[in-house]
Amino acid sequence: MIDLQICQVSFSYLDGLVLHNINLSVNAGEIVGLLGPNGSGKTTLLKLASGVLKPNQGEIKLDGSSLSQLSRKSIARNIAVVPQQFHVPFAFTASEIVMLGRTPFLRPLAEETEADRRLVNNALELVGIKELAQRRFDELSGGERQKVILAMALAQQPKLLLLDEPTVHLDIAHQVEILELVRGLNIRQGLTVIAAMHDLNLAALYFDRLILLKEGRVWADGAPSQVLTEAKISEVFSASVMVEKHPLTGVPHIVVMPKGSAIKRE
Amino acid sequence: MFIKLRRNKLILVLLLLGGCLIASLFLASTFGAVAIPLPDILRMALNKVAIFDFPTTWRTVEETIIFQIRLPRVIGGALVGAALATAGVLFQGLLRNPMADPYIIGTSAGAALGATIAMLLPINLAFLGFGLIPVAAFCGALATVFLVYNLARVGGKTPIISMLLAGVVVSSLMAAIMALLISISDRLQLNLHSVYSFLMGHISVTSWEQIAVIAPLVIGGIIGARFFAYHLNAFSLGEEGASYLGIEVERDKILILALGSLLTAAAVSISGLVGFVGLVVPHAVRLSFGPEHRLLLPASAIAGGAFVVIADLLARTLLAPVEIPVGVITAIIGAPFFIYLLRHTRKEYAF
Repeated sequence: MIDLQICQVSFSYLDGLVLHNINLSVNAGEIVGLLGPNGSGKTTLLKLASGVLKPNQGEIKLDGSSLSQLSRKSIARNIAVVPQQFHVPFAFTASEIVMLGRTPFLRPLAEETEADRRLVNNALELVGIKELAQRRFDELSGGERQKVILAMALAQQPKLLLLDEPTVHLDIAHQVEILELVRGLNIRQGLTVIAAMHDLNLAALYFDRLILLKEGRVWADGAPSQVLTEAKISEVFSASVMVEKHPLTGVPHIVVMPKGSAIKRE
Repeated sequence: MFIKLRRNKLILVLLLLGGCLIASLFLASTFGAVAIPLPDILRMALNKVAIFDFPTTWRTVEETIIFQIRLPRVIGGALVGAALATAGVLFQGLLRNPMADPYIIGTSAGAALGATIAMLLPINLAFLGFGLIPVAAFCGALATVFLVYNLARVGGKTPIISMLLAGVVVSSLMAAIMALLISISDRLQLNLHSVYSFLMGHISVTSWEQIAVIAPLVIGGIIGARFFAYHLNAFSLGEEGASYLGIEVERDKILILALGSLLTAAAVSISGLVGFVGLVVPHAVRLSFGPEHRLLLPASAIAGGAFVVIADLLARTLLAPVEIPVGVITAIIGAPFFIYLLRHTRKEYAF
């Protein structure tokens, strides 16, 4: 169990400011969705939270200690990241990729132990891809690869899992499968999760707390019913929508309002 | 159970390749201007180890040929091959580029320019059994990598793509300077054969002194490389991916580059530019035994050693007494093999 505090963080790439004075704190056991239009800073915020980018101003604390003071190794023993996509140039098998998740725990010349092996097997089983273990990673489909990377992140035994649009290249069945899995880990093992999401409806279904970003600032932060309102969505995305209630769960369900050309003539 | 399997595979592969290397060393020792039968060589070698005392059925000159001429060269060839293949694995793994070879970030051009300048200078000095040319080649190679690395460095980071581009540009510049020197210097034009021989690769080991300097560098480099096996596996996911797995990317990048460049420079100083070894051997090993670096590193080193020993044997004997540059042999074997790999394993190279 671990918590993350983002204190007055600003960040800019060489060509301009991306995040302005972000203050957020994510407690151990929370499951948080980051929403916002393209370029609103979701991915950058995740990279800051994982420590691969350093804030220009402000500080990010993991369980009270500043990320910039921690070694990559000790960060990797606590935080795992599932990026949108990995390209692997060599013919590793899926289980070899999942074993990479044990890297922060291995010593340079020591072999992996039975315990490492067991964690890899558990991760493969948990994600439901045991049968893919010996297949070549570069020959798998996009959805299968996403699951292998998720299994790799789980083999890392993280306390905080960061996901960057985990469902973006997947069909609807795989999207639900991945999110069910992540949500299940959050409920059963108390895994803290922060995920950038594009699909507002899936975000409403699977996350307890949503953070809406606009132009590098936090626009709204709270339960799905507080964040996903018609007003806020139209402010942030400049899209006109209608918000209904999900028939089963009661969370907000967003219906897109077409603009003219999609309205069928009777 | 799985770990045991992996260990067994490692031992089996290394034993198999090690056998090939030893066989190639003996084979390369028997053939030459004077053919010396294999059993004699075995007895000579065993006599040297002191506990054995076979009757001397060979002439002393044969013993001199084996120990003073042929063995240093054969072992030199093995060291060159092992160094280049290991450097190839390091560069391909770090740069995530299957087309990378030990020369990709400018070592070859730097070494060639260094050697050319050495030939230009009317100085004749010897250093630990080396003339000026190998020392200059060694320094040229390392200086170029240092230059390329610093040119590519932006804001505390050295993006791999900038490094590849800087490597290409610096290489072309150095090649141009070299061509300029050759065209304006009478001395170089007279020495054109030496320049050419350096560029095409030629194992020029004539004494044990040279081996005594190069062997610790190469063997140390290979052992050092083994420490980065897990890091290189992680680098397969890219720099950011490696970073997520706890790798200190910028630090390890410098260390791996330094190690690979040192190995390459050591090889270049005794052999000139032997092409294709650092490109083809890692690929062949990866395709045969998988991309996992704990196996790939030692297996490539041994296979690379055997490959150059055999190539040098062919270079010495095919058209004897004319000696073909060893780089010609490695290219003639290596290029078709590489094309074969390219045609039959398309997926491997999707980039």
